Amino acid sequence: MGMKWEGKGFMESLPRIYAIYTGGFLGFFALMAFFESLGMGAKWIGILFVLFTLVVYAFIGVLSRTTAVDAYYVAGRSVPPVFNGMATAADWMSGASFVAMAGGIFMSGHPYMAFIVGWTGGYILIATLMAPYLRKFGCYTVPDFIGTRYGGKLTRFCAVVVLVVASFTYVTAQITATGTIAARAFQIPFEIGVWLGLFGILVCSMLGGMRAVTWTQVAQYIVLIIAYLIPIFWMSIAQGFGFLPHLSYGSAVQRIMELEPLIGVGTQPTDTVAGLKALTTLHATPPEGALASWKFVTLVFCMMVGTASLPHILMRYFTTPSVRDARNSVAWSLFFIFLLYFSAPALATFSKLQMIDPNLATSIIGASIDQVMSLEWIQKWSEIGLLAIKDSNADGILQVNEFFLNPDIIVLATPEMAGLPYVISGLVAAGGMAAAMSTADGLLLAMANTLSHDLYYKILDPKAEVKKRLMTSRILLLIIGAGGAAVASLKLTGILGAVAWAFCFAMSGLFVPLVLGVWWKRANRAGALAGMIVGLGTGWWYLLAVRNPEAWYGLAQPWIGLDDLRFGVVGVTASAIAMVVVTLLTEAPSEEIQRMVDDVRVPHGDTIIPSKA
Amino acid sequence: MRELSAADRAEHWRQTRNLTILHLTVWFIFAYVVHWFALPLNSIDFFGWPLGYYFSAQGSLIVFVVQLFVFNRQQHAIDVKFGVDERE
Repeated sequence: MGMKWEGKGFMESLPRIYAIYTGGFLGFFALMAFFESLGMGAKWIGILFVLFTLVVYAFIGVLSRTTAVDAYYVAGRSVPPVFNGMATAADWMSGASFVAMAGGIFMSGHPYMAFIVGWTGGYILIATLMAPYLRKFGCYTVPDFIGTRYGGKLTRFCAVVVLVVASFTYVTAQITATGTIAARAFQIPFEIGVWLGLFGILVCSMLGGMRAVTWTQVAQYIVLIIAYLIPIFWMSIAQGFGFLPHLSYGSAVQRIMELEPLIGVGTQPTDTVAGLKALTTLHATPPEGALASWKFVTLVFCMMVGTASLPHILMRYFTTPSVRDARNSVAWSLFFIFLLYFSAPALATFSKLQMIDPNLATSIIGASIDQVMSLEWIQKWSEIGLLAIKDSNADGILQVNEFFLNPDIIVLATPEMAGLPYVISGLVAAGGMAAAMSTADGLLLAMANTLSHDLYYKILDPKAEVKKRLMTSRILLLIIGAGGAAVASLKLTGILGAVAWAFCFAMSGLFVPLVLGVWWKRANRAGALAGMIVGLGTGWWYLLAVRNPEAWYGLAQPWIGLDDLRFGVVGVTASAIAMVVVTLLTEAPSEEIQRMVDDVRVPHGDTIIPSKA
Repeated sequence: MRELSAADRAEHWRQTRNLTILHLTVWFIFAYVVHWFALPLNSIDFFGWPLGYYFSAQGSLIVFVVQLFVFNRQQHAIDVKFGVDERE
């Protein structure tokens, strides 16, 4: 008996299906905990967790395969808002959010919180400026909107280029993350882990396109949010902050602020360990001065505007049944994302407090080095070079500036520090894998869809049959995925750097043409072309210039603190100026285009692009 | 389906635009202004949290979530008023 993947009956049974799935996952968790109590080793628990979830995703991916255009590109435009919200949240929260965010807050303090504010506030821009209008437009891909609104193959082509540059930058980071986790869980070399991760990703997206990705992403969201929240609740209860850590961890923040001067946070370490850092930044106190505030708000700005320009996120809102649902779906996405992001600072706080508070049994700062070195988690992470202890002043006591670690391990190591059972570590590994895989899926699909729909079908061969187009998309998925894995195995940049760059690329090239396409009737083709080309070009030049101050790009130092994480500010400004100036210098768009914009602005009626392929 | 008159169309868009500007103003305050002043705000105690830190860890985020649900209701009300909402 085949399952129906659309229609009212299926949508109505969704809550039940996913409730059973969630129950099943919790049951699996309980089973693993039981096995652990029988004496099963940490290694096997990790392997079983990752393997079990991979098999489930692949199962959903294979079951929901499709050969229909609407199902392949936009999941049949039938995904209910709440479920689309979960799928978007999984699509959105990458390996970086899951694995690196709490560690970043732990290590870098208040300045790092800009990511949290930026990665949530961007959804206000999506809901108010973009999603409902793009849904009304009825496009299949983001360049589809640019190409139809402004007209012309070159405009469409430029949008495809921006999309591919931004998404490819992003996807290498995600494949890196899946590779890292797979390598650790299965104890295989990183290079093999990367290809194994890619295989899992492709199984989900190859056969069923957007429809398969949607239903796997919902499943992945459930795994990742459970995996993120359980350790936080556990630690909160263990440290005496009660069952509602989010309401009560303020006193933990204050306790850290009291302890910081006592243990000397801020004293620079005298030793250095390559790739690792000692904690020198205050937890909740922002640095002084206008430049620090400026750096905070510019990072927030880049992450927000970048969010609103990322094609793999925008395309999720093409899958809802109506314009109103698209809007509601943005709100639900933000809610589901919020659940994780407002937990990250709590995790960082508890994790830090249990390390530094002398009243807690888990504390290591101020303890004797011999005693600390005998802890199992310290040994385990030191062995693989992600943690190091140097007794710089040779007093036999561990000071805060003698403890070095890679911030990325905080989320993965916190359960072990807190002395939680291994089953939690296995759960966290499965959650990290889900986060990275779901984002990689969305990104690969965004690229493959735009190349097959916009480049191949709309530009190169407008007569191509449906079957040929879907086949092209699948082949492209393989090629881009392999390309991403090949680049990932070179380990060029860190996960976070690559993610921030992707945001800046997307905002430099796409934000202004997308917004003005709806909000400024006068905006025309020449202006959009100028906006995309000048924006991406300037952003790219600035990135290269800040990264290589000695080279010929002609920039000795960054402008007012705008470093490589913030180059989008320069790109988007250039893009806006170029688009407005060129539009005003050239003719207004035709009557027909202006009427099209009028139609986009009201929810009712047919989509602009007819829904028949 | 009733055809929308040019005047109604303009008015619908004007109200939509004003609503959008209102929400973007609130957004601007909680996305940028409060964080610019995070250091002085930190001296205020908010249920145990230093206020500046609280905004970046929870406060702004809660505002954003609530704001979006409110915005959807308001925008839908405008659409209904002009009869341009989607009906089954």
